[in-house]
Amino acid sequence: MLSIRGLRAGVEGKTILKGIDLEVHAGEVHAVMGPNGSGKSTLAQVLAGHPAYTVTAGEVSYLGQDLLAMPPEERARAGIFLAFQYPVEIPGVSNAAFLKAAVNEVRTRRGMEELDAMEFLEQLEGKLALVEMDRSFINRPVNEGFSGGEKKRNEILQLAVLEPVLAILDETDSGLDIDALRVVAHGINRLRRPDNAMILVTHYQRILQYVEPDRVHVLFDGRLVRSGGKELAVELERKGYDWIRDEVAATQPVS
Amino acid sequence: MSTTSRNALEAVAGREYKWGFVSDIEADTLPPGLDEDVVRLISAKKQEPQFMLDWRLRAYRHWAKLERTAGEPRWANITYPAIDYQKIVYYSAPKRQGTGPTSLDEVDPKLLETFDKLGIPLVEQKRLAGVAVDAVFDSVSVATTFKEKLAELGIVFCSFSEAVQNHPELVQKYLGSVVPYTDNFYAALNSAVFSDGSFCYIPRGVRCPMELSTYFRINTAGSGQFERTLIVADEGSYVSYLEGCTAPMRDENQLHAAVVELVALEGAQIKYSTVQNWYAGDAEGRGGIFNFVTKRGKCAGRRARISWTQVETGSAITWKYPSVVLQGDESVGEFYSVALTVNRQQADTGTKMIHVGKNTKSTIVSKGISAGHGNNTYRGLVKILPRASAARNYTQCDSLLLGDRCGAHTFPYIEVGNASSTAEHEASTSKISDEQLFYCKQRGLSPENAVSLIINGFCKEVFKNLPMEFAVEASKLLGVSLEGSIG
Repeated sequence: MLSIRGLRAGVEGKTILKGIDLEVHAGEVHAVMGPNGSGKSTLAQVLAGHPAYTVTAGEVSYLGQDLLAMPPEERARAGIFLAFQYPVEIPGVSNAAFLKAAVNEVRTRRGMEELDAMEFLEQLEGKLALVEMDRSFINRPVNEGFSGGEKKRNEILQLAVLEPVLAILDETDSGLDIDALRVVAHGINRLRRPDNAMILVTHYQRILQYVEPDRVHVLFDGRLVRSGGKELAVELERKGYDWIRDEVAATQPVS
Repeated sequence: MSTTSRNALEAVAGREYKWGFVSDIEADTLPPGLDEDVVRLISAKKQEPQFMLDWRLRAYRHWAKLERTAGEPRWANITYPAIDYQKIVYYSAPKRQGTGPTSLDEVDPKLLETFDKLGIPLVEQKRLAGVAVDAVFDSVSVATTFKEKLAELGIVFCSFSEAVQNHPELVQKYLGSVVPYTDNFYAALNSAVFSDGSFCYIPRGVRCPMELSTYFRINTAGSGQFERTLIVADEGSYVSYLEGCTAPMRDENQLHAAVVELVALEGAQIKYSTVQNWYAGDAEGRGGIFNFVTKRGKCAGRRARISWTQVETGSAITWKYPSVVLQGDESVGEFYSVALTVNRQQADTGTKMIHVGKNTKSTIVSKGISAGHGNNTYRGLVKILPRASAARNYTQCDSLLLGDRCGAHTFPYIEVGNASSTAEHEASTSKISDEQLFYCKQRGLSPENAVSLIINGFCKEVFKNLPMEFAVEASKLLGVSLEGSIG
């Protein structure tokens, strides 16, 4: 589904990703872990097409298409979804109106008819239950005045409504208390399907206790330095990132 | 700001003007120029009673004196070439066969076609149920729909000319009672030469069952449009009034100097909504309407209520301050405004809330959007007189800048004359952030739709005060899909 080769990217002339290789297949959940500043969020933003980041080398193929050549809205319509670490507020625009606009953009691209207001609300009801959100939520302006946990749950609601092919969750677990984490994780599990895939970008192993990954990767200083099964996450949690730092230092010549 | 987001902003801001066509209609047009004879001629053409002619002449003499001495008001934050008042045509009316139409069947089909093209079908069966229209073409009213139905309730809704003929006592009593001809330069000019407009009287205790509206269309080249609207809501009555405007695209500027007077007696409520979309000129600032308008309402009795809602998207220059004089105790004044300036448009607009009565309350919500080289100014006065004890005002004034070549300015004046009153003022200036745009795009929205959505959200507090039909039109004008139709 997604094939990343030799990806180098940065912001304002500073290289952050220094050659990433990653294969994601349908039905898989990948966890990308790493310490602060290792480039986790950059990877998520680059895949979604944030204009602030510049790709300097490498290629990304998504469902056979050159992902890097597509503008962000095309990527979204083709099924790439980014759950933001810091979702922005859009004052005056209700959650419902925003989601309806988004759903219909995606449906149009997929050759489906646009939903009218009633059909849309009907669909939305079921998804609200999934993330244990109150109905009043959908009439509030997008993210405005939301608590941190509400913002994260709202991202999962959008994920549920838009039914993407590849979901990238950027530190969706950070800042959540244990109840909110369980709700979010439950939502994610319910959305796992054989025909879609997810990349969980996270600092902590915590969420992986609820969402079982197929593959775990460790991102360090812009490179994926370790890949393994879910046991790698447990090892990381036990030993901390210093262990990786020491190992990387040992295997790489000092430059 | 990134290139793609700038392009999106320009796509939204640079939307085409769809109403710029000219209708080929034979007109009865006076030669350009203004003197006492022109004023007399206009009055004579309209077969006006003596009191009208006298009033016009007093207005003309006042204007002529102003023109010789102080000239036009110069305090607004706008620049434009000098207007030669002797080059303007002060009267232009579609030529009539015989004595003029008495029913819609007799209206020139070309006129009906023009209004059809503007989306204002005058044939009553085709009208949206619940909206009565007075259509003003150049200087005169060409048709008023649903007149008979309204008359059954005692509501008078007709052209100003007809009101002068059929209800001279009401006209004489209220004309100039809110905006005297001495009020300002353009009000004096309008009082001297206005040729038509709409008149509306709602009798005591009557709730007007439909939206009343006037649709203004400038057609003839070189003509000014000077219409006058007078709405009187008697005790305990209610009316919602809409006003729309368009004009052909022309390279030269055209002057529009209207006066609107509202009178709300005890317990009466008037809602006045405007979607102003006069031709704004082209990207280089050629052509467009100079819109110098005086709009004021008087809450004459206790608990009277007047709301102005305006969406100003057109005109090369907008100079307009719909105001409320809160004379009756416990009366309420409201002003909700969206002003959009793109290309080289300039808007200096706002409101005046004059608190005279006790426990009076006013609310001002102003949203200015500037794009391209547009220049947007909010100018407001909140004046609470010493005797207006326990008066309250709340003002919110927000500006949104699209791009880096436009301007937003705010000039709020607040004068509080007693210690028991409160005035609150909140203001903000913001830009659409790249993060907001990216968030929308990441959800699949095109850059244009993303900008529209964000602008629509910014204007929501104003749009929600518009009647449904107008909210849709206002949204479309800003190039946006309707937010708030669900949920």
